[in-house]
Amino acid sequence: MASTTPTQIDTAPPVAKSGRSTGRAGDKIFAGLSKGSGILLLVIMASIAAFLTYRATIALSKNEGNFLTTFDWNASANPPVFGIAVLLFGTVVSSIIAMAIAVPIAVGIALFISHYAPRKLAAPLAYVVDLLAAVPSIIYGIWGALFLVPQLNGLNLWLDEYLGWTYVFEKTQVGVARSLFTVGILLAIMILPIVTSVSREVFLQVPRMNEEAALALGATRWEVIRMSVLPFGRSGVISASMLGLGRALGETMAVATVLSPSFLISGHILNPGGGTFAQNIAAKFDEANEFGRDALIASGLVLFLLTLLVNGAARLIIARRKDFSGANA
Amino acid sequence: MAKRIDVSGLSAFYGTHKAIDDISMTVEPRSVTAFIGPSGCGKSTFLRTLNRMHEVTPGGRVEGKVLLDDENLYGAGVDPVAVRRTVGMVFQRPNPFPTMSIFDNVAAGLRLNGSFKKSELTDIVEKSLQGANLWNEVKDRLNKPGSGLSGGQQQRLCIARAIAVEPQVLLMDEPCSALDPISTLAIEDLIGELKERFTIVIVTHNMQQAARVSDRTAFFNLSAVGQPGKLIELDDTDRIFSNPSVQATEDYISGRFG
Amino acid sequence: MSHAIQDQRPTRARKSAAPASLTRGGLPRWAPAGIAVLAIALGCGLGLALDLSSKVQWGLIAGLLFIGITYTASAVVENRRQAKDRVATSLVWVCFVLAVIPLLSLMWTTISRGLELLSGNFLSHSMNGVTSFDEGGGVYHALLGTIEQVALATLIAAPIGLLTAVYLVEYGKGRLARSVTFFVDVMTGIPSIVAGLFILTTWNLMLGFGPSGFAGAMALSILMMPVVVRSTEEMLKLVPNELREAALALGVPKWRVILKVVLPTAIGGISTGVMLAVARIAGETAPIMLLVFGTQLINGNPFEGAQSSLPLYIWEQYKVGSEPSYDRAWAAALVLIAFVMILNLVARGIARWKAPKTGR
Repeated sequence: MASTTPTQIDTAPPVAKSGRSTGRAGDKIFAGLSKGSGILLLVIMASIAAFLTYRATIALSKNEGNFLTTFDWNASANPPVFGIAVLLFGTVVSSIIAMAIAVPIAVGIALFISHYAPRKLAAPLAYVVDLLAAVPSIIYGIWGALFLVPQLNGLNLWLDEYLGWTYVFEKTQVGVARSLFTVGILLAIMILPIVTSVSREVFLQVPRMNEEAALALGATRWEVIRMSVLPFGRSGVISASMLGLGRALGETMAVATVLSPSFLISGHILNPGGGTFAQNIAAKFDEANEFGRDALIASGLVLFLLTLLVNGAARLIIARRKDFSGANA
Repeated sequence: MAKRIDVSGLSAFYGTHKAIDDISMTVEPRSVTAFIGPSGCGKSTFLRTLNRMHEVTPGGRVEGKVLLDDENLYGAGVDPVAVRRTVGMVFQRPNPFPTMSIFDNVAAGLRLNGSFKKSELTDIVEKSLQGANLWNEVKDRLNKPGSGLSGGQQQRLCIARAIAVEPQVLLMDEPCSALDPISTLAIEDLIGELKERFTIVIVTHNMQQAARVSDRTAFFNLSAVGQPGKLIELDDTDRIFSNPSVQATEDYISGRFG
Repeated sequence: MSHAIQDQRPTRARKSAAPASLTRGGLPRWAPAGIAVLAIALGCGLGLALDLSSKVQWGLIAGLLFIGITYTASAVVENRRQAKDRVATSLVWVCFVLAVIPLLSLMWTTISRGLELLSGNFLSHSMNGVTSFDEGGGVYHALLGTIEQVALATLIAAPIGLLTAVYLVEYGKGRLARSVTFFVDVMTGIPSIVAGLFILTTWNLMLGFGPSGFAGAMALSILMMPVVVRSTEEMLKLVPNELREAALALGVPKWRVILKVVLPTAIGGISTGVMLAVARIAGETAPIMLLVFGTQLINGNPFEGAQSSLPLYIWEQYKVGSEPSYDRAWAAALVLIAFVMILNLVARGIARWKAPKTGR
């Protein structure tokens, strides 16, 4: 320990000179600083909730519509009428579609990387998947709007023709595939990398001896996965999916570019139209007056609570997993 | 049930590294054969070549022949899955499936191979647990997770799981090294009973154990670290421990190295 | 040779699980590849014959055929268990291909469309005086804005995140530490637009400031903090305790142990984490849209007046919807992807180069 340390932090200048007691002062300051940062994070979280709630109450007090059931968003009008029914529906439906597509495929890719791919291929693949998780959402957005939408038109017509009897896949409105279904597919593609890379980590942690136990009983590769890999990794996959769900719920740009918004709720997911919380904020923000902004903030608060719920659930599952991990005592 | 194993000219590799070199031996049916030798001499690797578990290790590769009665395990068209069904294995550390109950653990191998009636399954599970001397201890809690048992019980559970599918051969890779002396004794007694029905091969670090449980003993050694392991000699256990024909064996057994 | 084995089988009434023989009829090694080629050919053939316009359908048909043929072939030649195993394998492969195609297409589209316009001129000019339907213009102002906003956000978030992680690993005990850990996790999931709305309520609506790069940077820093905390925490936990104890045993005060021993040991991993967080926020659009507003002009001062940023620029150009503006959007997308990927690659390079030697 030298007195000529170049990384001396400025909060503790007198320290280096006088022997033992100096450490105490430095310790106190440093501990205080780091503790303060932790507290600051909590304060930020608390104030996000507090300030959004405050502005939201202003908006809600003047709302002439019903915030939960109104199908319209005329917050800048006089009197203001707005409700989140359509947004909630669109957010939930598009996220469900995204999860239904992304989770099985992500588990498949994760298994591919952890248990199927030739070893030489596995490491670079994992690397590429991690890189793809970093592609900005606006790029997924313009790719989705300019490339994916035209490609999906045919699929939509086909689904309508052969699966139209299911109601859900009935396309009652003409128009290109700027629908909740397309949004769901795009969100699925977007969250695929993150769900894959978390699941892959979990699958790689399966104790070797559990897999060998199954192998030694004469299990095929698939049976090994079913007997030891999937049970061990189940809670990990669930929490990975929750992370993905959190992203899908709050995604703004990819939805804003692809969807052609409307304030209708329709069970026909192939019809263009609908909306999500984040997309609505992005779309209405420019034209909103001050009160309109408060209304948007109110919808943002609902989105915030929704993601809090999902993330909290994910954390709980992870915490439970620590107690019941498959490791032998 | 039990079958004879004939190994000829067997070498095993990890990538380019040769772990064991040119091993030939015969294992008699309904007997216990113990493998002893210093650490790293390849006895565990050799054991794993006997049910094609070695090739599961990344880079694992085998040359040579292993005949189970007359059929070569490494012949063309042989299904490793079928081999492992015929040659069961018990591992160093007890490894019951953590998410399964005791019952399901024992039934796991059977369920892989087609459908059994519930009553048949209950029957086999009971017999296997009795065969592993575990029935009396667990019969009241078959639906509890297997990972809740003690280490020795877990290992006997794994033995029950292995014998439930009625293999021809049972391989044991240091089955007692993670257990206390009492549990070890229980397993050793069990091995004595199981050899009436199965061909048993056991790897052990404990020479007293080899002397206690085995009919024949094989001594493995390696000439230097990094060199492949070799079979030095295989003989009746009594002879190996009283009057071995190779000096190195005697040195090892009398504790001069290893 | 199998009859010998048959003879030895016990003639018991019970279904023996033991296979009759170790050998089985098997599909040849090339079967999966062969079936794949066949399925793709059939998929394309059907697509052409039925005049299906979308290549997505061709691919889906080929995938389904691949799985179906694999199962049938294996069930006939081998057995049900093998067939299931093969179906699982082919499903996993199909998943992989299904996922790779859109991701490859995304990269390919961005690169090929982006290269059309990308040039020194594009990088060094703003949109000043270029109307939406003109060709020309560039991203200089947006690139400048992105760099400034991201740098500011990092300046705010990195120290706070780092110190919080130090607190959690080195000092934190009890309820405060537990709640910080929990809320850091929760904070990771905050949608970027919500972070934007928060700064909007406080900075703009309450305190009355106008749009500026700094407002955007604050929102970005909220998104960045939890990522920095998490990755730094992981890295600090990797530093072996023996190292701390050795230094403490020499009589070094704890804060200096942290500064001189713990942090330097983990510095590689920490900087990787920070850079990955930077890469993550560099592509954020929503908070920038709410707080920085966007401009066509060069504004080098992040504390005053509207700025632009790359993601926002892409969004604006996309919204215009003319051919020249689409071209600009793609070129800017390529610049943004390159920016993010370079950050990523450098970060991972650092991680590999300075990985703590934990002996694993």
